[in-house]
Formats: sequence, structure tokens, C-alpha cells
Amino acid sequence: MNTAYGVVAIVLICSVTLAIGAFGLRLSRTTSDFYVAGRTVTPYRNASAIGGEYLSAASFLGIAGLVYTNGLDMLWFPVGYTVGYVVLLVLVAAPLRRSGAYTLPDFAEARLESRAIRRLCSALVVAIGWLYLLPQLQGAGLALTVVTGAPSWVGGVVVALVVVANVAAGGMRSITLVQAVQYWVKLTAIAVPAFVLLWVWLGDGAPGPAVARDTAWAEPLSGLAGQGHPVYATYSLLLALALGTMGLPHVLVRFYTNPDGRAARRTTLTVVALLGAFYLFPPLYGVLGRVYLPALPTGASDTLVLRLPEAMIPGGTGDLLSAVLAGGAFAAFLSTASGLTMSVAGVVDQDLLRRRLGRVTGEDFTVAQGFRLATLVAVVVPYAASRLVEPVGLATMVSLAFALAASTFCPLLVLGSWWRGLTTTGAAAGLLVGGGLAAVAVGLTIFGGPIDGWPGALLGQPAAWTTPLAFVTAGLVSLATPRRVPRHTARTMVRLHTPEDLALDRSRSSVDGLPTASP
Amino acid sequence: MSAPEPGTGPRTDPPRRPGSQPSPARVRVTSTRRDAPTRRELRPLTHDIDEQSSLGEVYVSGLMAAQLRLAAQVLAFGAVGLGGLPLLFLLVPATRTMELGRVPLPWLVLAVVVYPVAIVVARYYVRAAERIETEFTAVVRRR
Repeated sequence: MNTAYGVVAIVLICSVTLAIGAFGLRLSRTTSDFYVAGRTVTPYRNASAIGGEYLSAASFLGIAGLVYTNGLDMLWFPVGYTVGYVVLLVLVAAPLRRSGAYTLPDFAEARLESRAIRRLCSALVVAIGWLYLLPQLQGAGLALTVVTGAPSWVGGVVVALVVVANVAAGGMRSITLVQAVQYWVKLTAIAVPAFVLLWVWLGDGAPGPAVARDTAWAEPLSGLAGQGHPVYATYSLLLALALGTMGLPHVLVRFYTNPDGRAARRTTLTVVALLGAFYLFPPLYGVLGRVYLPALPTGASDTLVLRLPEAMIPGGTGDLLSAVLAGGAFAAFLSTASGLTMSVAGVVDQDLLRRRLGRVTGEDFTVAQGFRLATLVAVVVPYAASRLVEPVGLATMVSLAFALAASTFCPLLVLGSWWRGLTTTGAAAGLLVGGGLAAVAVGLTIFGGPIDGWPGALLGQPAAWTTPLAFVTAGLVSLATPRRVPRHTARTMVRLHTPEDLALDRSRSSVDGLPTASP
Repeated sequence: MSAPEPGTGPRTDPPRRPGSQPSPARVRVTSTRRDAPTRRELRPLTHDIDEQSSLGEVYVSGLMAAQLRLAAQVLAFGAVGLGGLPLLFLLVPATRTMELGRVPLPWLVLAVVVYPVAIVVARYYVRAAERIETEFTAVVRRR
């Protein structure tokens, strides 16, 4: 691969990201700007920002690699990523916005009126956020190694530096602008080379992949899980992706920047369209890879997207397309990592650092300084982990984060939005049971090596049993503790579900979702 | 609730037939209970919701139930449409290799068709949910 083109593309993406961030810095003056972009973001731009943030390394590089390796069953990944937003739209989009919560812990505290639940949720947000950041940083290392031959730690450092600089400097407004631009960068970067490659493929007489003729690669219910039980694995994966999306820490933050519940719904609708457009392309690379690169070394499938153009079009054009794809991949690492860092840092700042920092410095620090320190913490920990943990594949890692989110925040958000009978004790029990079981399954899958038979399938795709268990636990414990229904539940329900144009009492019960919002 | 409650409205003289006798000088008559409660139609329904009266609860519960029914409808459609696919592939093995043109059917469905359908479903939901809210607002404001 021509190193110069690739380096230019990556440097370009990083500097454009920093430049837009700096431009946003000039605009972000108040604390509210810093955290939530002053709530002035239009649905269209907000949707682009959500799309930009959501399309991660797993989407840009991982899906193509999975389709290449395991075939048709891997198409459930992009389908699940998209359907997750439809489920989110239908169940929680408007109530989440109307709750006025900025982070998941904010929502939990406002709805359940309990500090303990808040702390539990904060821990979960950090856990899910780090689990999701890990593959982004590993993917960055991978991409930079393929493009430039640099050692694998360099890519992660580059992403970490750009993200910290951007998040710490500009806060939410600069990030919103950066993310919105990144969506279009990513769509262009994956679509344009795809059309060129398709053209070349048609010129070659549109040969079919050899693997499709002699193995089950092209057929459903054969590839997923690898340990057998593909039907269970397919359903469990679909459930994890469909229900986990609403519980990802960087998703809720984006809803707060909508002006009202109605706009939140329209934003989500646009997101579904934007994601659908993007996900048409990654599987193409997987299939074309089977035609032109039938013998990619094992473990290298995540780099397929970057290797394909030069294999199909030797010479300058192939190098150029590879560089475009490398730039797009870096945009994916940067934007997802920024969004995750932003939300993890928000939680670390509000729930972990602020009080301690106050005690150490005698309250002699500004809100922005505290947030910047939190940003550093939010990135350094997963970077260190990404150097220590063996890579298990970008999309696998991400699907574990989804499973954890589906078994914890999905029951909390759905029951919290729609069921008056949810009690503080019930919600806590649901979080502990769902989170505990999913965490054990994730841990065993990452560190325990390959497990055979049903245990392997159940642990590798835990959502199908952990999520229902979490729902049932929260429900039964709530029914058993009717006296622990939060006092202001009725008022909260009015706030979550009535349209904003009615003049109603929406006063908060215990906390304001954004205690620091007043400029 | 449009009829005034007995004994609270201002008292008036019995009606006279016009032109029968010259009218006597008018006397201003006021109710002894000027602090009597005013008529209910001056109270918008928002007060009931704010005070969490049982009437207000009924309206909010009705709104939530309508939205939840809609959500359940959309989710059921998705569960059958999308969740039915693996089952279809499992039970009717011929569908695994069926081709449409030169493209295998499962690939066509999972890589392309799913997305426009998702957009249409999401659009249907957004419109229906907004209609429910508009109706709710109209009902609450009417009183």
C-alpha cells in the first residue's frame, strides 16, 4: 500500500476534526453550551451527529470482515444496529427527551428518586463506555498498522490525543458539529470506493465468490456463534442489538440536545434513514473480498476494507481508494470515541470527581477544568486496557457492550417510562441481576477462552436470557415492595408523556437533570 | 356542567310579558353568596392533571395507554417480520438458497430490503404518535 496517501488522509481527517472542534470552541461560551450545545441543534443536524457518532470501527471495518469470514449470518449485525434505533424510537425517544435527563444516571435519579440507583447507573455507564471504547482504540491501531506499518500502539494514541483535545476543549457544541460532519465523511468514504469497486467487478464479468458454491457461507443459520446453535445465537444477537441501543451511554446525551420530545422522535426517524443508507455498503466489501482476496490470513479480516482496493485495482487508483477508506475509518474511530468519551467523562465528572476535586482544591476550580480532567481519565483507562487485553474482534467486542446495555438500561428505561408500579428496590434488583449475569458472561467470553456446546452459545450471546431475567426481576421485586414506589411518580409520568405545548406543572421532584446548567 | 347549580346564580325577577305594564324602576339585586364557586368550564383540564385529581390521572393514563398500544403494534410487526426470518430459514430450507434474479433471497432481504422497511415503519410510528399527542392537547384545551 502507498504509505504517503494513507498518512495524508489520516492527517487530513485528524486536522479537520481538530479545526471544527476549535471553531466550536469559539461558539461555546456557557456551561450549557459546553454540555448540551445550548439545546439549539436542529433535528437534521442532530441526526447526522447521532449517525456520525454511532457508526464506529465495528461498522466501518468490522462488518465487512465478519461477512468475509462467516458469511450471510453476519448481516444481522448492521440490521440489528439499525433496528435498535426503531425500538428506541418506539419505546423511549420522546420520554427520554422529556425527562430532561442528560445522562442515564440523571434519568434514573429523576425517575426513581434515589441516590443509590444513580451511583449504580454511573458505574454501569462507565463499564459499558469503556467496553465500547476498547475496540475503537484497538481498531485504530490496526488501521494505522495496515496503512503505514507503524506499531499497533500508535493508532490508539493518535485517536486518544485528538479526542481528548477536542472533547476537553470544546465540549458538546464542538462535538455535535464534528460528529455531524463525520457522518457525511464516513458515508462518502465508504460509498465512493464501493461504487468504483462495483464498476471494476462488473467489468470483470461479475464473478461470484468461490466460497458460495462449496460451503454454507452464503446460507443463513450457518456462521453465527461458531460453536453451533445458530438459531439461538441469531435471536440472541438480534435481541441484544435491538434492545441494547437505547442503553448505550453516548445515545441519550444526543436526545438532550433536541428542543422537545417531538423533535426527538423526528431526529430518530432521520437516524434510521441515515444508518440504513450507510449499512448498504459494508457487506459489499465482504462479498467482493471473497471474490478478489479469497485467502486473507486469519485474524486480518478486520483490515479487509483497507486491503481490497489495491487487490482489485493495482496502481495509483487503488492506493487512492485505500487512502480514502483509511481516512473514513479514522473518522469512525474519532467520532465514536469522542461521543463515548464525552458521556463517560460527563459521568466521571459529575459523580466521581467533582466532590473530591472540591475537597482537594478547596473549591478552587472551574466546571470546565473538572470536566477536562474527567476526559483524561475517561480515555486513559480504556487505552491502557486496549494494550493489555487480547483483541477478540471488533464486532464481537461491541456486541458484548450491547448485551450488557440490553440487560441493564433497557429494563430500567422501558419500565421507568411506562410502568407506574416500578419501585426503587425493583429497579435496583433488575440492574444488579441483569448487569451481574451479563458481566459474568462477557468476562468468561473475553478471558475464558473458547467454550463448547450450549454453555458457549449462552455465554457468547447472553442477551436472550439476561434481558428477560432483568425484566422479570425488576417486575417481581417491584410488586413485592409496593411501598417503595417513588413519591412523585405521577408527576414524573406527566412530564415524560405529555406534549410540551400544554402548560402543565412539570416540576422536578428531587434533582434537576442538569444541575450545572444555569450560566 | 353548563347548567348553573341551584341557588348560586344571581336571582332575577320573574319574566314579564313585553308591553303589558310600564316597568317599575329597576332595582339592583345581587346574590347573598358572591363568593360561590364559579362554573367549572373556567377550569382547564390542565388543572386536574396538575392537581393529580382522579380525572387528571384518567387522561394521562389514557394518553400513555394509547402510546403504548401503538408501540406494541409496531414492535409486534417488527418481531413477526424480522424475528420470523430465522424461523422461516429454519423451517423452509428451500428459502435459504432461493434466488431472485442472480441474487440469493436471504442476501437481498437482509442486506437491502430491511432498511427501507425500517424507515417506513419508523415514519408510520412518528406520525401516529404525533396524532395521538395532538388529539390529547385538543381534548385537554377544549375545556
